[in-house]
Amino acid sequence: MIQTKKNKTGAFLGLVAAVVVLALVVVLENTLPSTSQLFIVLKKGAVYSLVAVSMNLLNGFTGLFSLGQAGFMLLGAYTYAILTVPVAQKDTVYYLYGGSALNFSLPDLFGGVDTPQGLILGVALAILLAGCVAALFAWLIGLPVLRLKSDYLAIATLGFAEIIRAIFQWQALGPVTNGANMITQIPTFTSFNIKNADGEVILRLSAFVPFLVAILCIAVIVMLINSSYGRAFKAIREDEIAAEAMGINLAKHKMLSFCISSFFAGVGGALFAMYASNAQAKVYTSTMTYEILLIVVIGGIGSVSGSCIATFLYVAASEWWLRFLDSEMWIFGVKVPFLRTGFRMVVFSIIIMIVVLFFRRGLMGDKELPDLFRPRPKKTARKAGEHNG
Amino acid sequence: MLRIDDLRVNYGGIEAVKGVTFEVPEGEIVTLIGANGAGKSTTLRAIAGLVKPASGRIHLQAEDITGLSPDRIVSKGITLVPEGRHVFPDLTVLENLKIGAYLRTDSLEDDIKWVYDLFPRLKERSWQAAGTLSGGEQQMLAVGRALMSRPKIMMMDEPSLGLAPLVVKGIFEIIKEINRQGVTILLIEQNANMALHTADTAYVLETGRLTMSGTGKELLNDEAVKKAYLG
Repeated sequence: MIQTKKNKTGAFLGLVAAVVVLALVVVLENTLPSTSQLFIVLKKGAVYSLVAVSMNLLNGFTGLFSLGQAGFMLLGAYTYAILTVPVAQKDTVYYLYGGSALNFSLPDLFGGVDTPQGLILGVALAILLAGCVAALFAWLIGLPVLRLKSDYLAIATLGFAEIIRAIFQWQALGPVTNGANMITQIPTFTSFNIKNADGEVILRLSAFVPFLVAILCIAVIVMLINSSYGRAFKAIREDEIAAEAMGINLAKHKMLSFCISSFFAGVGGALFAMYASNAQAKVYTSTMTYEILLIVVIGGIGSVSGSCIATFLYVAASEWWLRFLDSEMWIFGVKVPFLRTGFRMVVFSIIIMIVVLFFRRGLMGDKELPDLFRPRPKKTARKAGEHNG
Repeated sequence: MLRIDDLRVNYGGIEAVKGVTFEVPEGEIVTLIGANGAGKSTTLRAIAGLVKPASGRIHLQAEDITGLSPDRIVSKGITLVPEGRHVFPDLTVLENLKIGAYLRTDSLEDDIKWVYDLFPRLKERSWQAAGTLSGGEQQMLAVGRALMSRPKIMMMDEPSLGLAPLVVKGIFEIIKEINRQGVTILLIEQNANMALHTADTAYVLETGRLTMSGTGKELLNDEAVKKAYLG
């Protein structure tokens, strides 16, 4: 049928686009100076894209308004960090608690972070487990809270995220979570730069790695959305009564969407720990969830490519393009008014308000990037249909 | 084919269905008529598994299906076209149809073709968002979507609701056609005239109880029915 043919070309184009993006990232990284702000934007953007898409899966495609994303990221970040601190460093990291309760580290099991297989296998496994832990917690809290609707679900998940954050800072769990202190010495994105025998970097991969993981995860989410499960999620979003009458098990599918979304938020949390070089509970506040919600809304609720585009625009604007507004500037001996620390956020907020005013349904609405290049058939017929409804 | 025994359903704190017993023979069109609040919709919702009956039994052929979950009931071959159509507005017509077949794992192509043959208008609008269709087209889509589950029995809740008389006539023609192709139909309607003309067997439901039954023709000529429902 036409549909499957379309899916095949779509998958092929997606694959090509992914390879091109990855190649571009490697080239940029090895030609531009590594101090460029661009790389902060690329790394953080890749991480946030994944989290934004995972939130969109739940909020945009299944219609479950959840605000627990930062909590699941925290679970992922801590799982990753706890499992990857090298055994030799544990006493330094956990010095307040006289060492860690866990006396192993995943990279060390495969030969240590300094060997390629130890680094790759250890980190990959830790990221995977980070997702699994987040998904497990999602399942546990999903049992009671997924009965709730809209705003009530948002409040319950927000509360969960705050509780998790408090628990991870609890002194009694110090030997595992390092209490209110951050867990450091974990493998980061820069650990993946390839060095020669003298310790000089010969190939930078520190932006390539988050892109690779994010692209793989987003590809899985896109495949899920295009599968019959994805159709069921959308049916639940559109009309629960009809979805149930069509034989879609509401509880099961909501739980599935919630766990999968949380799994990828957990993976995103692990990546964020790698980006920040540490895991620290106080970073994963509700503000972070709102940041991601903002990205999802700006990109378009129900659009994966919208979320990705909005992420990079958001991160670039907040971390890079508007930086100059925070420092004083003199032109021909005249001080430019208003420019001072904090002014960046004022301008940034105004830009966001303008975007929301002019793009009521986000930059992309519920369309995807390829839809923009495809002529929409029968536009006139649809218009006519609207009137005699 | 479908047998309802002494069905009682509580809905919103009141007993909406107070011991209803009736049968839907295979291959027939059966209709339940009655005023607002008579318990028609609740009866259908109970059969579909969307509300749990307080007591009573529902049998499909020899099998007791009382209290099964809605997805199990759909997979047994009973489907519901909900009141007010409830199409998925932002999904295309084709996607709507595919969701109707959600529990099936076999090929859908023949059935999509079947539905498009029944409703050529839907084929023309295959790639349109369902929310942009007219009311009549949405009702066609709701029926087509229900047929995609390959039902033995299709239950319809007020298919004429809010539609122009000419459109209603078209919908009932299609219902008869679907029935001729082997689908048993249980229809509830406030539009008693149309429903009784179409039905083989009809029941009158009043405040949660069945008060009358007969063939569609018999009830059409019944004085009490004429007075209460046909005006």
